[in-house]
Amino acid sequence: MSPKRTEVGVAENPPAAVIEQRTAADPRPRSAQRGKLGDGFKTPLTHVIAERLIEVLAYVAIAAIVLIFAFIVKEALPLFWDREAIEEIGGLDALVWPRQWRGYDEAVYVWQPVGAQPKLNMVPLFVGTLKVTIITMALSVPVGVGAAVYVSQYAPRWLRELVKPAIEMLAAIPSVVLGFFALMVLATWLKNLFGFDYRLNATVAAVGMSLAVIPMIFTISEDALSAVPDTLKRASMALGARKWQTTLRVVLPAALPGIAAAVILGFGRAIGETMIVLMASGNAAVMELFDPSTSVRTVTATIAAELGEVAQGDAHWRVLFLLGALLFVVTFIINRTGAIVVDRMHRRLTAEAK
Amino acid sequence: MKYTRNDWLLAGATGLAVLLVLGMMAVVLAQVVWNGAPRISGEFLTGSPSSDMTGGGIWPAIYGTVLMTLLMTVAVVPVGVATGIYLSEYASRRSRLAALVRAAVVNLAGVPSIVFGLFGLGFFVLFIGGGIDSTFYDSDTPVWGKPAVVWSSLTLAVLTLPVVIVTTEEALRTVPRELRDAALGLGATRFQTVFRVILPNATGGILTGIILAISRGAGEVAPIIFTGAANFLPYLPTDMRDMFMHLGYHVYALSTQSPNVDAAQPSLFGTVLVLLVLTFALNFVAMIIRSRSRARMRATS
Repeated sequence: MSPKRTEVGVAENPPAAVIEQRTAADPRPRSAQRGKLGDGFKTPLTHVIAERLIEVLAYVAIAAIVLIFAFIVKEALPLFWDREAIEEIGGLDALVWPRQWRGYDEAVYVWQPVGAQPKLNMVPLFVGTLKVTIITMALSVPVGVGAAVYVSQYAPRWLRELVKPAIEMLAAIPSVVLGFFALMVLATWLKNLFGFDYRLNATVAAVGMSLAVIPMIFTISEDALSAVPDTLKRASMALGARKWQTTLRVVLPAALPGIAAAVILGFGRAIGETMIVLMASGNAAVMELFDPSTSVRTVTATIAAELGEVAQGDAHWRVLFLLGALLFVVTFIINRTGAIVVDRMHRRLTAEAK
Repeated sequence: MKYTRNDWLLAGATGLAVLLVLGMMAVVLAQVVWNGAPRISGEFLTGSPSSDMTGGGIWPAIYGTVLMTLLMTVAVVPVGVATGIYLSEYASRRSRLAALVRAAVVNLAGVPSIVFGLFGLGFFVLFIGGGIDSTFYDSDTPVWGKPAVVWSSLTLAVLTLPVVIVTTEEALRTVPRELRDAALGLGATRFQTVFRVILPNATGGILTGIILAISRGAGEVAPIIFTGAANFLPYLPTDMRDMFMHLGYHVYALSTQSPNVDAAQPSLFGTVLVLLVLTFALNFVAMIIRSRSRARMRATS
């Protein structure tokens, strides 16, 4: 028997003990008990089940992120206690420290997984990733942020309505297409332009990659710049500042957290990008950070190129999964940082608007 | 307002950045269309690859891409839309769990695509597939525990999940409050309100998200390298457990591993053009639906 409808109109609340008793006795879900208006009505069981199902499905996202990490680590971890595997790669320290292999004059960082003695030093791969990423960012940040400033501050409305979807389209181009373009077209052009010794090198990959990173930096920066309250701009103008002064000294600083987030997230994207570097970087693991004309081999490209050719459970297989786990952790930290920065900015901007 | 010299400098420099981006994009598109269009023909679109893959058509790759994307959509839509509904309609603002779901979605969107490839291999192919094999089959040759179109689809479903979730949540949030209040006020249950009133009013936005996810999933290559894509198959996949050919993977494999890249070049550009047209068409449709549903929302509120 459900509680009586007459209670709805009662001015005084029933004593706490009565509520307590009713909650304990009533078999209906709490959601149906709480509101007095719904008191006579029982939520159908099918609705309750469907709502539970929705909630459970929502946790798939959490499960996914946990499972991704767990299953990559699961394949990598045995490396640390499997004696045979450790022996095969010449000791765990060979993964990170330089080693004087037979036939070498000095201790070196080498990634050379095939051969009698596999040399699996991960450092050159991270150096390669860092190198391509740095060049990519050097190209993408000025262009992406510059374009965002123009579109948000100077462009007439019609131009904005045209440029934003166009750049969105650029973001939609699959990375394998950009990689293909870099490999087939860009490499030849850049070789003719700069006279590179190697057709495929860090610069070619970085230019191709900046095509993927620029749209990301542009979109987030543009959002941040457009979100700066008009009151700030008007106040600056009223004080006699020129448009450029307002843009550089008021709007840009106010949007700085958003732009920082754009750069951080673009960095994360560049580190994780696979197909473009795989196709256009030349893939030679050279331990060199400052020469943009040499070929590089990144962490991502190494996994993509080598995993198909190793036997499951090999030391090499485990090291590739270890690389994947490290990549996951690095990008996780970067994206988390970016998300926190964006969050702070939103809070600050909404606080200012009030 | 009067622009000074510095204004022109700043507008010029930043405007140049815009031109640079659009110019580079135009160059990419022009190159692909210019080199790819001559190769497009009925035979190219419907035929099988021949003679070292340099000639013939790309029908198996088109078929494989569509099949894989369809399976992916079937997997990602229920989960993604349900999560969007949960975040927008059920989770309270201060709910810790909802915050955790949101954080997971953001982080999932930032996981590198090659990591999804490793995950697909380690989890779907070896753990789930291998698990099915060891439980239900006792042959030595793997039945489920090998790269297959179903594993690629599921891997990409996880990859595209954030796209569907974020757009669904956004679409639901744009439905005016009044509609919600009116439905609840008429005595509808929360569930009825969501499914009969709010969802029908947000179909445009949700559809946009699904199409964007399809476009994203159709173009990703790194996650399918180890989970199901094949260099060349003489037959079309007829079973979820078959491997499949894929437009993007075809481009990658042919342009980096072919013994004679020069001979393959026209076919390659043609394949890239098909992939690009597919992606752009999907995005274009998504844009139109989105702007239409936005206009309608503005009209209702």
